[in-house]
Amino acid sequence: MKSTALTATHEALGAKLVPYAGFNMPVQYEGVSAEHETVRKGVGVFDVSHMGEFLIEGPHALELIQKVCSNDASKLTIGKAQYSYLPNETGGIVDDLIIYKMKEESYLLVVNAGNIEKDWNWISSKNDVGATMRDLSPDYSLLAIQGPKAVEAMQSLTSHDLSEIKFYNFVVGDFAGVEHVIISATGYTGSGGFEIYCKNSEVKQIWDKVFEAGASYGIKPIGLAARDTLRLEMGYCLYGNDIDENTSPIAAGLGWVTKFTKEFTNSEALKSEKEHGPENKLVGFELDDRGIPRHGYDIVDGNGNKIGVVTSGTMSPSLNKGIGLGYVPAIFADAGSKINIQIRKNAVPATVVKTPFYKA
Amino acid sequence: MNIPAQLKYTKDHEWISIDGDVATVGITDFAQGELGDIVYVEVETVDETLEIEEIFGTVEAVKTVSDLFLPLSGEIIEFNSALEDEPEKVNSDPYGDGWMIKIKLSDVTQIDGLLSADAYKELIGA
Repeated sequence: MKSTALTATHEALGAKLVPYAGFNMPVQYEGVSAEHETVRKGVGVFDVSHMGEFLIEGPHALELIQKVCSNDASKLTIGKAQYSYLPNETGGIVDDLIIYKMKEESYLLVVNAGNIEKDWNWISSKNDVGATMRDLSPDYSLLAIQGPKAVEAMQSLTSHDLSEIKFYNFVVGDFAGVEHVIISATGYTGSGGFEIYCKNSEVKQIWDKVFEAGASYGIKPIGLAARDTLRLEMGYCLYGNDIDENTSPIAAGLGWVTKFTKEFTNSEALKSEKEHGPENKLVGFELDDRGIPRHGYDIVDGNGNKIGVVTSGTMSPSLNKGIGLGYVPAIFADAGSKINIQIRKNAVPATVVKTPFYKA
Repeated sequence: MNIPAQLKYTKDHEWISIDGDVATVGITDFAQGELGDIVYVEVETVDETLEIEEIFGTVEAVKTVSDLFLPLSGEIIEFNSALEDEPEKVNSDPYGDGWMIKIKLSDVTQIDGLLSADAYKELIGA
């Protein structure tokens, strides 16, 4: 089991630690509902240092990225980030990721913890263009400082004007007394804030200063359980739940980051699928009655016939009702469509809705 | 960890209070702490007669679903309907307002098979 540089800190804070993607990670501190609300209304900090970071450099860096990624990375300028995914050759997804353009001919790829080795091998296997690749994952930490008060609470820690960093933009600069930190206006919560990339040796100092600066804003540590309820309220996909090697990115609603302005892995087939429309679609739904949808539950029609499967589900702490994502045939995919979620013995009625479920 | 001495317990982390041939059942303080914020308690077996160890309901926390096992055979005569709107009572008062069901026992000799407070304490390493 791998640890992050902050594992002992989480233990001292009384966190419940669980194995996640090969790492011993804090799943909750005081309780998922309270932590969820902290991020929605104030500011909270996640240690997400399990995430992987690859640096791709050299004159052929962009060429490699364009080959393996679905989005068009040639649109990136220095200081901008882009959501993308790695298609496989059989219509599915190797992983989803964020690409940062650090400098000319230098890109940082941030990938899911559980896929670090798989992604590294996959991208390496496509690297016949001579790009330089480095896996920074073991040496770098990542803190997500999220919530509507994040900007104000963290401003004293940096000389950069945090309110000027737009969504999916970043700066490299000073933060909490450390130089060359990536301050990125990204996150997985829908409540705004930053992600801070730094070296493992620097993260404890940053963590401590973040809590000092945020104290008067009620800043709290947040676990992975709340990270999941927060992302699900936004309708964001989680790799391994909603998307995987066997799910179509077009069906999953990732058409917006699938750019046919260039060739990439499986792009011909994906283009055809996008033109014809996918057979199934990933939709968001809310339960009309009491109950909580869960990963793996069947979605059934009015006659009890199975039409799909729930890929993520939870009780929404903000909406106080059962919400979920799942794949259904395209004819059931429009907002307002009535479906049912099979929860134990009961087919509980649900309505397809447009995501995000939660609107700030 | 609160483990009242006068109650009986099971290895499934339920507590049982016996009054004649009626048992009141809930989950322990340890169980509610492990589950985290409880958001739903589903019991659809009221008026049914079930055997010991059969599933009588489900308790759902934000991230988990757990079956509830009947600690003693009998008829489920009551569900604590206050939990429909306030399932969080299981967290805040697991041995009081957070009780879940009452059972009319069909075999009171099964009570001897339940754990004492001390035995339960040992089980969870408290």
